[in-house]
Amino acid sequence: MKTVLAATATAVALIGLPAAADPDPTDWDAVLAEARGQTVYWNAWGGSDVVNGFIASIGEEAADYGITLEQVKLSDTAEAVSRVLAEKSAGKDDGGAVDLIWINGENFASMKDQGLLFGPWADDLPNRQLTDPMANPSLTADFTVPTEGMESPWGMAQLVFFHDSARLAEPPRSMATLLAWAQANPGRFTFPQPPDYLGSTFLKQALLELTPDMDALSQPVEDTDYDTITEPLWAYMEALTPVLWRQGRAYPQTGARMIQLMADNEIDIAFEFNPNAAANAIANDQLPPSVRSHVHDGGTVGNASFVAIPYNANAKAGAMVVANLLLSPAAQARMSDPAVWGQGTVLAMDRLSAEDRAVFDAIELGEATLTPEELGPTLPEPHPSWMVKLEEDWTRRFGVTE
Amino acid sequence: MPHAAAPAPGTRGPSPLRHAPLLTLLVMLGPVAAGLLGTLGPAFGIMPALGGFDPGLEHVRALVDWPGLPRAALLSLGTGVLSTALALAVAVLVCAGWQGTRAFAALERVLSPLLSVPHAAAAFGLAFLIAPSGWIARAVAPLAGWQSPPDVLILQDPLGLSLVAGLVVKEVPFLLLMTLAALPQLRVAQSLATAQALGYGRVAAWFRVVLPRLYPRIRLPVYAVLAFSMSVVDVAMILGPSTPPTLSVQVLRWMNDPDLGMRGTAAAGALLQLALTVLALAGWRLAEIALARLGLRRIEAGGRGRAQPLLRAAGLTLGGLSGGAVILGLAGLAVWSVAGFWGFPDLLPQEMSGRTWMRHGMALSDPLADTALIALASAGIALVLTLACLEAEHRFGLRPGTRALWLLYLPLIVPQIAFLPGLQMLGIVTGVDGNLPAVVAVHVVFVLPYVFLSLADPYRAWDPRLGAVGHALGAGPARVFWRLRLPMLLRPVLTAAAVGCAVSVGQFLPTLLIGGGRVQTLTTEAVALASGGNRRVIGATALAQTGAALLPFAAALLIPALVWRNRRGLHHG
Repeated sequence: MKTVLAATATAVALIGLPAAADPDPTDWDAVLAEARGQTVYWNAWGGSDVVNGFIASIGEEAADYGITLEQVKLSDTAEAVSRVLAEKSAGKDDGGAVDLIWINGENFASMKDQGLLFGPWADDLPNRQLTDPMANPSLTADFTVPTEGMESPWGMAQLVFFHDSARLAEPPRSMATLLAWAQANPGRFTFPQPPDYLGSTFLKQALLELTPDMDALSQPVEDTDYDTITEPLWAYMEALTPVLWRQGRAYPQTGARMIQLMADNEIDIAFEFNPNAAANAIANDQLPPSVRSHVHDGGTVGNASFVAIPYNANAKAGAMVVANLLLSPAAQARMSDPAVWGQGTVLAMDRLSAEDRAVFDAIELGEATLTPEELGPTLPEPHPSWMVKLEEDWTRRFGVTE
Repeated sequence: MPHAAAPAPGTRGPSPLRHAPLLTLLVMLGPVAAGLLGTLGPAFGIMPALGGFDPGLEHVRALVDWPGLPRAALLSLGTGVLSTALALAVAVLVCAGWQGTRAFAALERVLSPLLSVPHAAAAFGLAFLIAPSGWIARAVAPLAGWQSPPDVLILQDPLGLSLVAGLVVKEVPFLLLMTLAALPQLRVAQSLATAQALGYGRVAAWFRVVLPRLYPRIRLPVYAVLAFSMSVVDVAMILGPSTPPTLSVQVLRWMNDPDLGMRGTAAAGALLQLALTVLALAGWRLAEIALARLGLRRIEAGGRGRAQPLLRAAGLTLGGLSGGAVILGLAGLAVWSVAGFWGFPDLLPQEMSGRTWMRHGMALSDPLADTALIALASAGIALVLTLACLEAEHRFGLRPGTRALWLLYLPLIVPQIAFLPGLQMLGIVTGVDGNLPAVVAVHVVFVLPYVFLSLADPYRAWDPRLGAVGHALGAGPARVFWRLRLPMLLRPVLTAAAVGCAVSVGQFLPTLLIGGGRVQTLTTEAVALASGGNRRVIGATALAQTGAALLPFAAALLIPALVWRNRRGLHHG
């Protein structure tokens, strides 16, 4: 009789009942208890040693909570998005393969829109109180799309240019002077081909600097006078393209290949979406020690990196604990140390204890990295629809020309 | 086509062996068919997860509206056909001019290493050779007085010529291997001697008496090369043009687009890719017929061939160039893997260090055990199925028709991008994905054709008189198989297993999609690390992959030499 009962119970558990209630971050002790023993598969781009090393260090901390953190190294975030989408298509609504995704921008907008994310949870993490969304609006608006607790921030990125001071003493510090310089030095500048995100970021930076109506960019593109707003951008690109590397007939496919072109002395100016990129590349022997960073006057585009939990994740509690660990002062200080990675912190210094603040103050920036003052203001990302439309338009005008 | 021996005695009655061919086809074709169905749906607007049950031509229209489509399709077609034709020409010229010479024996020895180099690694190596800031340009720079590399378009050229070069250097070794496997059954030496006695030059004789019998035996491998070259993604991303790219690269971009609605466009593009492949194969077949007619007329004209030294020199030069490019490219990658900063125009880095290896050694060695397990399991399953098929063919006198062979080649001809996403869906629905056995099963799909191809000819060529002697001494078919045939064929069996292991080690997309990111192999790890674009890391990962693929080949050479060290007659079997 007992066995029959047990079998029935198992059968009911297997077919009928909904899965155990989702973890609630406001009851943090329960989350910690549930997380113990879980394995969290964090799907994160795996192309950078420094990032992989940092993630491994988070894994060591997670082990103290009884969590095994496995980084699934992706070559493109879309691989994880596809996976969740395929699982939803197949009706696999729990026990999914992805527990945590490093995400932002279009990928977030699209997953949120399609109901592929779990939440809200992120605003209730204990360490979230150490951030100040009022002072840093990019923590609650990811490319202007409200995060609404569906993703948790962990790093700040900003577009930074760099040049080899041995070849180029004084780099151009605006789109206008960049064009003049490129015309005087044809073939020595290029950008990753949109829709590579870095290439698209270059287009957005150019648009922000050139457009007469910057405010319109925070609205969905359909609601604005697109042609008038982008007219100066396309005129600029018409002038720039013929003096690009290979006359704009070929482009590097990624930011990494652009850095390689700089090392090969094919181009003189490159850029990355990490203020510490030049220092990291020098440390990796990818660039010579004479490389220095610079930004454009008036500021450059910046945004935050987030982690999100898919709606069908297998280890939601464990994923939350990892997201909270990422927001701890110790992890954030390590992340922003150029010797480890150099990505900007999301924490608000005035919300930290004096000791924690001292750790941040002690971080030393290398010669190739700009100080926060030199880095200048961060320009907000346009609404994600702009990126889509700009990529489409650029491809139509310049991307299929041969 | 392959002959079938007369049925051996003592094999009446039902036997599970009889069903081996059917089982094999199911294991291989089931996933391909299921995957294709999974692609058809989204292409025509059926994507329930996105709330899209809206059958129609919307995605097909989006595909047609993409302004780069005509050029991208033409690029896929053109680079695929051109590279296949060139690779075939080089392979044939090398065999025609040099078979049986010492130069040819040297070439045979480097074939397996050349085959072990992953396509992407060969492409990266070639790119570093021929780029305006590459090794060749660096060698020329002091003479030409270049301080910075010339701004000329060599890589990613709009006609896709560097992509063609990258494909040719990797396909020549494969076609040569397939040719070498087919040649022993053609009694080439006798035919050539007869023709040469009639006054034909060596190359002319080869073209007249060997090629017409050889080609039907390598036709399917040639088709596989054509289909692969047209739909290759990694090589095209490294060497191919980008404004616009080839169709397969664009399909991958759509598939990776954050806008999930683009998956439908990607699926429609994948179907177009499949259609293009079928079109190219049909065109190729027509060209075969036309060339055969032309050739026949030339044979009947009776010319003895005068261009012989020229053709021989061309064969050697082109063969040497294509092999040399891969080896030199690999050498370049090896230097990069230990390079400190290495700028233009330095021919070698100013300082060397083992840092890249130390940093990535762990990441690359962790998945080694799983990689080996998957490779051995999938090659093992493929080997068992292949042996069962071949033995069934022998015992029951089954005649594999051309159609069966076509089916065998299907997984190699259908573009991966057209059926893998559908297959992933199937895996999730049935709940068998995300673990090692699922990955092994999908690897078998790709490993099996290669194992079958490597083993079929040597297996059928085994002298049946030895079996007859065995039977006469009272041994049943099973005993003949285990005690005579298998041991004597140890070397080809191991070679086939090695080919299978190498194919398994190289699989990226199938491992990623079916493994759900949870099954990590050397190749998935290498691709993720290399996505950072650091040439040092690319160099290290490429060498590690080449080594992993080469290891089984070395074992296939070594084991028979050890096992049969006291059986002289088996040393060259």
